[in-house]
Amino acid sequence: MKGLASGLAVIRAVLGQPSGLIGAVIFFGHVAIALLAPYIVPYDPALQDVAAMMQGPSALHWFGTDRLGRDMFSRTLLGGREAMLISTLSTIAAMVWGSALGITLAQVGGRTDALVMRAVDAMMSIPWILLVMLFVAVLGTGTASLIPVLGFSYGLSVVYLARAATLDFVARDFVLAAQARGQSRWTIVSRELFPNVRDSLAVQGAMQWSWIFLAVSSLSFLGMGVAPPTPDWGQMISDARGIMQLAPWALIWPMAALSSMVIGMNLLVDAWAKTIGVDRTRRIPEA
Amino acid sequence: MLGMVLERIGLAAFTMALIAVVCFAGLQLMPGDACTVHLGRGASDTALATCRSRMGLDQPAMTRFVAWADRLAHGDLGVSAQRGKPIGEIVGWRLRNTLILAVMAAAMGIPLALFLGVASGLSRDGPVDIAISTIAIFGMTVPEFISGTLMILIFSVTLNWATGVVLAGYRAPVMELVRASILPSATLTFILAAHILRMVRASIIEVLQSEFVLMARLKGVPRRQIIWRHVVPNALLPAISVIGLTAAWLLGGVVIVESVFNYPGLGRLAVDAVADQDLPLVQAIALLFGIIYVAVNLGSDLLAMALNPRLRTLRG
Amino acid sequence: MTEAPLLAVSDLTIGLRPQDGPSTPVVDKVSFTLDAGASIGIAGESGSGKSTLLLALMGVVRPGLQHVSGQVDFAGAPLLGRPDEALLGLRGGRLALIPQNAATAMTPTLRIGAQIDESLRLHSTLGTKERAIRVQELLTRVQLPSPAAMARRYPHELSGGQVQRAAIAMALAGDPAVLLMDEPTTGLDVTTQLSLLQLMGDLQRDAGTAIVCVSHDIGVLAKLCQRVMVMYSGALIEVGPTATVLSRPAHRYSRALLASLPRLSQPGLPQSIPGRPPTLIAQPTGCRFAPRCAFADTTCQTRMPALRTAAPDQQVACFHPADGPLETAPDPGARLLSDQSTTVLQAQDLSVSYGQPRGLNLFLRLGTPTRVVEDVSFHLQRGEILGLVGESGSGKSTILRAIAGIHPRSGGAISLAPKGQAIILLDSQMSRRPLPQLRTIQMVFQNPESSLNPRHTILEILAQPLRLYGNLHGTALRQRAADLLADVRLDRDYLDRFPSQLSGGERQRVAIARAFAADPEVLLCDEITTALDVSVQAAVLKLVHDLAHERAVATVFVSHDLAVVRAIADRIAVLSQGKIVEIGPAAEICLRPSQAYTRRLLSAVLEPGIAAE
Repeated sequence: MKGLASGLAVIRAVLGQPSGLIGAVIFFGHVAIALLAPYIVPYDPALQDVAAMMQGPSALHWFGTDRLGRDMFSRTLLGGREAMLISTLSTIAAMVWGSALGITLAQVGGRTDALVMRAVDAMMSIPWILLVMLFVAVLGTGTASLIPVLGFSYGLSVVYLARAATLDFVARDFVLAAQARGQSRWTIVSRELFPNVRDSLAVQGAMQWSWIFLAVSSLSFLGMGVAPPTPDWGQMISDARGIMQLAPWALIWPMAALSSMVIGMNLLVDAWAKTIGVDRTRRIPEA
Repeated sequence: MLGMVLERIGLAAFTMALIAVVCFAGLQLMPGDACTVHLGRGASDTALATCRSRMGLDQPAMTRFVAWADRLAHGDLGVSAQRGKPIGEIVGWRLRNTLILAVMAAAMGIPLALFLGVASGLSRDGPVDIAISTIAIFGMTVPEFISGTLMILIFSVTLNWATGVVLAGYRAPVMELVRASILPSATLTFILAAHILRMVRASIIEVLQSEFVLMARLKGVPRRQIIWRHVVPNALLPAISVIGLTAAWLLGGVVIVESVFNYPGLGRLAVDAVADQDLPLVQAIALLFGIIYVAVNLGSDLLAMALNPRLRTLRG
Repeated sequence: MTEAPLLAVSDLTIGLRPQDGPSTPVVDKVSFTLDAGASIGIAGESGSGKSTLLLALMGVVRPGLQHVSGQVDFAGAPLLGRPDEALLGLRGGRLALIPQNAATAMTPTLRIGAQIDESLRLHSTLGTKERAIRVQELLTRVQLPSPAAMARRYPHELSGGQVQRAAIAMALAGDPAVLLMDEPTTGLDVTTQLSLLQLMGDLQRDAGTAIVCVSHDIGVLAKLCQRVMVMYSGALIEVGPTATVLSRPAHRYSRALLASLPRLSQPGLPQSIPGRPPTLIAQPTGCRFAPRCAFADTTCQTRMPALRTAAPDQQVACFHPADGPLETAPDPGARLLSDQSTTVLQAQDLSVSYGQPRGLNLFLRLGTPTRVVEDVSFHLQRGEILGLVGESGSGKSTILRAIAGIHPRSGGAISLAPKGQAIILLDSQMSRRPLPQLRTIQMVFQNPESSLNPRHTILEILAQPLRLYGNLHGTALRQRAADLLADVRLDRDYLDRFPSQLSGGERQRVAIARAFAADPEVLLCDEITTALDVSVQAAVLKLVHDLAHERAVATVFVSHDLAVVRAIADRIAVLSQGKIVEIGPAAEICLRPSQAYTRRLLSAVLEPGIAAE
């Protein structure tokens, strides 16, 4: 009951801020559209109509048509679904393995910690897109291979964050007191440490989701992500670039959808982080 | 001090070595190798075997790693699976081109970010701050391929100020590439500046609330001098390392920006290599990017040590 | 005699910036004056508004607060409400401040010399060369060794005492007529504190500088100030000559505060003040102290008393002021009844080393670990309280950690004799000790902010040891937790609160309750009252003293404060540089020390009422 009440208080406080309210409306609007789109779109998104190529917005095609005469309205409404699904599953994978390893490393410390962190460092030194491309080159593109690849690549930064967040508390006396009492390692992690890092991990999870979403879109743009015929914003933008002078609407709609989605998500996460007291600006370490 | 510098350099070298191991070992753990990728799924066993013996893939992993690492240490990146040419030859010019782009972006983006970050932090919650921060949110959230495409749409298609798509070949002279990379580097600058200015702003705000700034005020130091002598150095010096880290981290964006603008650099080569299923080439490019990242990081850390007295005079 | 005062505060009120509704005062209608060359101390516990008042004397109001009414005048000119530019020449010049913590108040990127030079440049007409000479003179004046080298150092390269001296030199650079000091010696060792206070006393006498000093430590004020003002909850409640206020305090709060100070000259526990100070959210309507005052009546609860003359030169804001000298009848506390002669814990030739070579040094095999505790031996009897005192770096806390096994020892042995069992040799590391041994030894940490999990309720905090050692669950667990809270004089509604909803003293009581939840035989207390106000400290001391004696729990009580240890301990061990200098009965050590080091430590203790002249 108490948890529910405080949860409602957080929601009220987030929506009380202008940025939180705007962010929530945009983000959850996108989620609602993604869920309902299959039932409301007027056309098959893959249906090509040679008679209606690159048409401007009309009563028949509200958002116009692309270079193959496909309905932009249907494609835009459906274009976030696959990337959202991939992001959600990859985020869960990244958060689970990343935080488990990060918290454990902070608690274990010593040589194991140093060694594993060097390896994580080395992998994080390769820009995410090349790391992903390296895996994609072997495993091939498509949803099934993107989820483990993104889940692994983005889990690396979760390891970092979870470890750092935990280290803030490992040095506190209440952890020392629990050790001196003889509590098991599992009790210390689950009862003493986890409740203290839970909030910053939750915020990190939300951020991961939006980063992975951008990654999927970027990969689709490069032709390594969501494969046709499934419509996707990144893929649609790549597709419409060649005709930006002839049919700018084919470019504008997916760009607007994708941009509003990530901006909305960021506004929402910012407001949420502020409400629950998690510092989101990357800390400049005390030199 | 010398000990710390040596330790830092040693750590960087160790990380570079680890990246090489990761690039190599990561692929060992995957189902498939360069030959299955190269020949496709339907390849016959004999064809695979021939390919493997030609590329030395029939040797044990450890032997191959030692041989690969040995060639690597001599600057030999191996042979492309698709292009049949030494990778060093393919990569060399394009590495130069990518560096031109990255250096231009950093040279514009970092000073711009420092200036805007300081201005934003000093006028916290004022109109200047709100304007800068709002633009920064766009730079931080909107992906490179959208901001790049918008740049083309606005400055090339609509205003006709600059060429949108780069036509220069990969062996083009430096000056031609510099001219061609105005829009790509502007895109990178925008993103880089947005990220860094947010950190600089946070750092300025933190320092403004510190005890020593209050003390300077209580000493009767005029506001302008408080800002230049007490606030700015203490906000920027500890930020050097993080700025380096962010700048290096944003290198990943080069890959996408190069593809957007058709710029003949390493990033676009990597995309092509994936499309061509040229595994050794992707591997080599990932390795190069990793090494650049570590080097940039090392450089900014050493710079921080040289400039920041708290790091410079740390004993032990 | 008709000359205007140098500094005049009239009816000054500073309040919280209100969210909505009227502003809550943090400094409430304060008036006083300071003449040239005079010295005045402001005493008060945390939250009394003393630091806000001091900053207002420089014309500064911190963000979040606002100047409501009244004014501060320096040499006839108002300070508050004027822009910074108008006060540039004054601040750091004729009106200078010595900060509480110079380590954070000096700019990290500027050399000490450059920071003093900056003050000289702003407040004198000296040329570059003359200023360099003056910097050296100032550093010499504050008795820093090798001033030329000091000037080239950065703040982080100096020790706490040295950087505090540098801050004094910086304040003196403007040749001030008034020096404001905010807790100038807090956090420093007693011997460093004494030499700094002597330095500041000399400077004041030589240059005729007036002083306003804020401190929670009445001993510091007694040493430095001719007059003293006591603040409680934002208001001045008593003003008078230091000697008078300390020996014949008239306000009931001043009396209670002075009675709560542990004193070397007296055995037994100081008296505590019941209740907790008012928070800014819930201020009583009448006298702020009325809810905690034994003498309060209906008048006190409805009307706020104003300052009025109680004795010649002594003013007090109280409807029922006391008359006569302060009585500090100490509380003997609970007696230890049973079997005092059995030894529970014995440390034999205990040694502890710190510092493993790290990083590159590990490869080059550079650096040897330093021994911070060397061959320390002592024993502990059932129900006895052993006090460990020493300056920072003496190894006192390390000994505690070695007993608990938190920090492994490098040599020697620790043996434990639990009730009805044979003697056990304790393993060096806690992770290798079996659960019954861990239960026997419990520790209370210095800072309850850090030792209580902020995400747990008080019930959950107490439940951890109860589940682990007692296998209690459900209502039995809740009942036992409530009993434990009752033992530390806390109400059972605290069970469902979080640590952040408790005051510092209450949190430390919870930490003590958690230790007693294990039903220990040895209790380790590491500076447990250092973070607390004196009036709260007295209550915590009594609690630990009585619980230890009533339950025959042998206790090691570590503190840097000799008077505190004197109040609570049966025996005292004096530590210096990792060795026991002297060990013996508390009264013996404090009244007839046999070692020079102990005598030096004792003479550095500032005892109000003794040092006051």
